[in-house]
Amino acid sequence: MEKIIKTPNGLNKNIMASVNYSIAGEKTQALNGTQKLGLTLATFAFFLVLLSWGGLTLNPAGLFLFLTLGGFASGTILYTIGTYKGHTAGIKNTGNFFNSFTNIGALGWIAAIVLTLFYVSLYWFPEYLGLNSKGANTGLVAMFEPLSQLLRKKSADQWFVYGTFYTLAILFLGIKFIVKYRHNKYHLIRTIVVMFSQLVLAYFIPNILEALNTTEVGYYSTNPINSYPLNYDFFAKSRIDARIADENQPLGMAYLVWGIILFLVVTPIVTYYVGKRWYCSWFCGCGGLAETAGDPFRHLSNKSTKAWKLERWVMHSVMVFVLVMTLAIMYSYFAGKDFKLNFIIKDRFTGMLILLAGLALGFAMFIWFYLKDKSKSRNYLLAAALIIVVLAIVMMTSYALDAKNAFGFSSKGIKKSYGFFVGAIFSGIIGVGFYPLLGNRVWCRFGCPMAGYMGIIQRFKSRFRITTNGGQCISCGNCSTYCEQGIDVRAYAQSGQNIVRASCVGCGVCSAVCPRGVLKLENGPEDERIYDNPIIIGNDSVQMNPNVK
Amino acid sequence: MEHIVIIGNGISGVTAARHIRKKSDKKVTIISSESKHFFSRTALMYVYMGHMRFKDIQPYEDHFWMKNNLNLVQDHVSFIDTENKKLTLTNSSPILYDKLILAVGSKPNRFGWKGQDLDGVQGLYSKQDLELMEFNTRGIKHAVVAGGGLIGIEMAEMLISRNISVDFLVREDSFWNGVLPKQESQLINNHIGKHHGVNLRLRTELDEIISDDNGRVKEIKTKNGEIIPCQFVGLTAGVSPNIGVVNNTPIEVGKGIKVNAYLETNVKDVFAIGDCAEQLYPVGQRRALEQVWYTGRMMGETVAQTICSAPTKYQPGHWFNSAKFFDIEYQTYGWVWNSLKDGEEEYVYQHPTKEILLHFVFDQSSKEFKGINTFGVRMRHEIFDNWLTQKVSVEHVIQNLRTANFDPEFYAHFEKEVVEGYNLQFKSNLTLNKPVWWRKLLKPQTV
Repeated sequence: MEKIIKTPNGLNKNIMASVNYSIAGEKTQALNGTQKLGLTLATFAFFLVLLSWGGLTLNPAGLFLFLTLGGFASGTILYTIGTYKGHTAGIKNTGNFFNSFTNIGALGWIAAIVLTLFYVSLYWFPEYLGLNSKGANTGLVAMFEPLSQLLRKKSADQWFVYGTFYTLAILFLGIKFIVKYRHNKYHLIRTIVVMFSQLVLAYFIPNILEALNTTEVGYYSTNPINSYPLNYDFFAKSRIDARIADENQPLGMAYLVWGIILFLVVTPIVTYYVGKRWYCSWFCGCGGLAETAGDPFRHLSNKSTKAWKLERWVMHSVMVFVLVMTLAIMYSYFAGKDFKLNFIIKDRFTGMLILLAGLALGFAMFIWFYLKDKSKSRNYLLAAALIIVVLAIVMMTSYALDAKNAFGFSSKGIKKSYGFFVGAIFSGIIGVGFYPLLGNRVWCRFGCPMAGYMGIIQRFKSRFRITTNGGQCISCGNCSTYCEQGIDVRAYAQSGQNIVRASCVGCGVCSAVCPRGVLKLENGPEDERIYDNPIIIGNDSVQMNPNVK
Repeated sequence: MEHIVIIGNGISGVTAARHIRKKSDKKVTIISSESKHFFSRTALMYVYMGHMRFKDIQPYEDHFWMKNNLNLVQDHVSFIDTENKKLTLTNSSPILYDKLILAVGSKPNRFGWKGQDLDGVQGLYSKQDLELMEFNTRGIKHAVVAGGGLIGIEMAEMLISRNISVDFLVREDSFWNGVLPKQESQLINNHIGKHHGVNLRLRTELDEIISDDNGRVKEIKTKNGEIIPCQFVGLTAGVSPNIGVVNNTPIEVGKGIKVNAYLETNVKDVFAIGDCAEQLYPVGQRRALEQVWYTGRMMGETVAQTICSAPTKYQPGHWFNSAKFFDIEYQTYGWVWNSLKDGEEEYVYQHPTKEILLHFVFDQSSKEFKGINTFGVRMRHEIFDNWLTQKVSVEHVIQNLRTANFDPEFYAHFEKEVVEGYNLQFKSNLTLNKPVWWRKLLKPQTV
């Protein structure tokens, strides 16, 4: 083989490469025996999934369910052992950009397509997964029958299958994540908590409650940590009525009250003290999956300023959307002839007052932040306050005219389109299906209204920041590259600024991958969080570090 | 409008350009033959290892330069005509300057080893070196890295990431012991041994590189006469200023381009900064040649101020530096020499099992804190900078170590053991102070 290559001296040099092209020294991943065995077991389990997804009902279901889940469990654990055994504890990003799976190669595309097809089946064609509303389930859903009977004392459906896969993905790949970051206690604790949260709060509690026949509203809404507005139909008529139904007491009422406290009290207070990370990378199911199953794709997030701009527009649009939807369905709910909440809220007028009080609270928050903040972005807070005023006026006008709908559209229609575009396409297909293409936090970064709500608090009224350690940054780019939220962390670090960003979910990976010990997630006094004109220390010739335009 | 031309787009040149732009609207042109856009040189290794792509180690998006009206020229300067203030370029038309900043960096040392120009033999400094290394190491099984410094250990880490085993030749009897005290150096020796594929050979010097029939390396010979077969040789015995561009000009050179305290060369309106600059009057205990990212950045900041406002002396503050040796992070603040100087005393804490080491140096009689080396622990730069300015005692440092710690949340703490060890060794009875918010520990600057 012959190649002309330019040497540093600027000479063209003929390099006769008489080298032996064998296994070593190649970029491609060389798998060891344990990894191969792990992959074999996991692929076998996946094959069983494919067979039953294709409609084959494997009997006995219990045995095949055991084989499938056991295959995934043993496969991922063996693969983890094979990958990290014999290697010292430390950052393990070698080859991420050479690997077809993690660098949008053929394997990445295939994974994205398979995941997307699964989501399409789940949302719109559950019969392909084997759901049969008229008779016995078949295929994949039938395989989960024994587990569903055991936990829920009722027949499996596609959501149970999904919930089980989801939870196990967080557990098995959470173990992989823990082994990968075993030197880092922040990651260790955070991952154990998120695994616990998914398994107990999001999986066992809702399913066991179903077994106790406590509620008819499905597992999703009895997850105590699934907060409004991520749980966008928390205020839907069907959910409210189910929670206040006599047969669901006292738990139903407890869930209703807890849900409101979680949204209005717990979230702002905890976010004030530690940032939105407590939710996004410690308790949330979406975040849990992103941090564990999604970890191999975190570097695929787009870091450009354009993406940042898009992020702000899309996320805040979703927030407006969810607000409009909530107001619309609540307005219609109170407009109904006999809404069930009337033992607390006497009439439609009181309901309206409550909605307006909620809006006034939001308005007050934005104005307060606006008055406290002196940065350029404060004007957006005014815009948000204005949107609230407009919504309130429109709603009051509708009320005065005795209109059936708050905003002229059917509230069911708004809710349906939110469910379709945001609930299914955005959070499901793009959010998870596109992990291998767009990174693991697309939903959390661009879509999630809960993240948006906490982001506003984190940006304007919080003790959380990522501290930059003086002048130690070498601009290497590991922090930015491995930021799943697409924050250009380096831009702050290299100019000695702390990172205070609405989108930061506090995963702590920037700090972990930094080779020079520059970044630390911490909570401290608010007034020292942001420096618009920081001093890079270490140079006595120049005192101030002027910001770069 | 004054035209400032900067040769070199590394951290020094780019920092100078950015700060000139911040302070003025002078015309600024950056010339580099290495790459169109600025990249982080210290991050080249991560590109080879697949942690990042080349574009990820570029700190600014491509539109940054035009947005800030910084002209980029990708070409090689072949001659500097200081009399007419004119630069001759290899491919494009000449450029006239009003002020010239030389930020031309370093090149790997080659000490005239026999066979040093063979195929498969190279250093690692530039983007082109990385590309060459990508080519040179494809499909090979074994490499030799000669030279036990920072680039050497990085190269070893790079190579084993591609499953290429390495014989790592270090002339000294312990890794980087010209800089690191023996405990630290020993810690790194041991750590290297934990990585499969690296064979650390201390007290081993490269003698000769031997060619196969095609002019490519097939083996090397050490000074002991030992033959090591290999398909690649990394020459990592340090770097020296890349001063070829000032040949045949009146600009005075020694090892590097000689500059005074204002970073001026002997020729009017010509400055030199970064790796290539040799200080005529080194600041404090600093070396005349400082080939470190941070010093390059500071010289860039300083020269920008000189050019845009008042002449400013290069006055770096307290010494600091950092590095990572495979998995072990290293930071240093103040001066910790490889052996104690007269009147200095030391206290070394080493964790019994973990790879954690703290090395304090202080004045024997006054106990004034002089410097610290930390391995496997992160410390706050601002606190140590402040302590050095305040000339606090080592006891103050040790008592407040909990607050100075910069490790991520939930990390295990061992400051108590550090204090206990100190008490035992120096027969004192210090107690560890409770952590406070770190800014409370900063004392006002007394200039």
